[in-house]
Amino acid sequence: MTLWKRLFSNTSAPQARERLQILLSHERQVLGGNDLLSSLREDILAVVAKHVPCERDNVKVRLERGTPMSVLEIEVEVRGNIELGISQAA
Amino acid sequence: MAKIITVTSGKGGVGKTTTTAAIGAALARTGDKVVVVDFDVGLRNLDLIMGAERRVVYDFVNVIQGDARLPQALIKDKRLDSLFLLPASQTRDKDALTEEGVDKVIGDLSRHFDWVVCDSPAGIERGATLAMRHADIAIVVTNPEVSSVRDSDRIVGILDAKTLKAERGETVDKRLLLTRYDAVRAARGDMLKTEDVLEILSLPLLGIVPESSDVLKASNMGVPVSIHEPNSAPARAYHDAALRLKGEEIAMEAPKQRLGLFGKFLRRAA
Repeated sequence: MTLWKRLFSNTSAPQARERLQILLSHERQVLGGNDLLSSLREDILAVVAKHVPCERDNVKVRLERGTPMSVLEIEVEVRGNIELGISQAA
Repeated sequence: MAKIITVTSGKGGVGKTTTTAAIGAALARTGDKVVVVDFDVGLRNLDLIMGAERRVVYDFVNVIQGDARLPQALIKDKRLDSLFLLPASQTRDKDALTEEGVDKVIGDLSRHFDWVVCDSPAGIERGATLAMRHADIAIVVTNPEVSSVRDSDRIVGILDAKTLKAERGETVDKRLLLTRYDAVRAARGDMLKTEDVLEILSLPLLGIVPESSDVLKASNMGVPVSIHEPNSAPARAYHDAALRLKGEEIAMEAPKQRLGLFGKFLRRAA
């Protein structure tokens, strides 16, 4: 970088770049409907919601990647006490 | 069977219609049979950019609703024998485009042409998803500017989810076309550079169209910019992009920084 540029460095493009990188990495997580985690989330939500009321935000799917093993963590919060519906034989 | 290209961006005003006309004309100039299709029902403009606005009799919706046959609605370009336009309708409601209707028309067109170039409306609503539905290739038109880059990223996600290819488990071939690029401002650090946009969106680059007064001049005249002044910088950029679509390996020509006397002086001082 020349002395001139260093003295008057007031460029805006690096800021644009940084803001976009932060924003898009967030939006891709929230909106990205195509990656493994969000399709897992959608499928789990559909299955659970068939039986107990459950909202999208209450299904959390996390993946800890590693070798030799990865951990897929699925957490589903359901409001209230769930009725199990097991009929007990008398 | 034709290759189906969808020109899309999410954001409005970045150059989708200009690009559709320019790429369509550039492909037709190589001798291929090309039809450009306007999906922007209610706000059609491709007819105007192509200089065919006074020749529209029937449109896309007329064909879908059975009021006209497809050949009656197609407008043959006056300059290029192998270039045709299917205009959008101007007055009817947006729901006039149906999935089945679009499937039928695109199917018919792809039997008779080498390329079907679909001009998507802005946004991510039905019109935009219908326009990308059949795409083999998507040209993601992006300006080096934050809101355009963000919307392009969004569109890429939708291309990966809501197209027929996605439904079949395949992927649409997505290419980035950077438009309104100003090399001087990018070098000065006041505009995102090509590399920045490529890194953020991670798409292969189809071309860089420099910001140029030739684009407005061509649209004033109703001539696709790629054939208006074939030696102008944007025309060359679109021609190279069209050849790349045809599978040719054309080196990417970085837009030159055209500096005036004052700019040259400033650069020397810098």
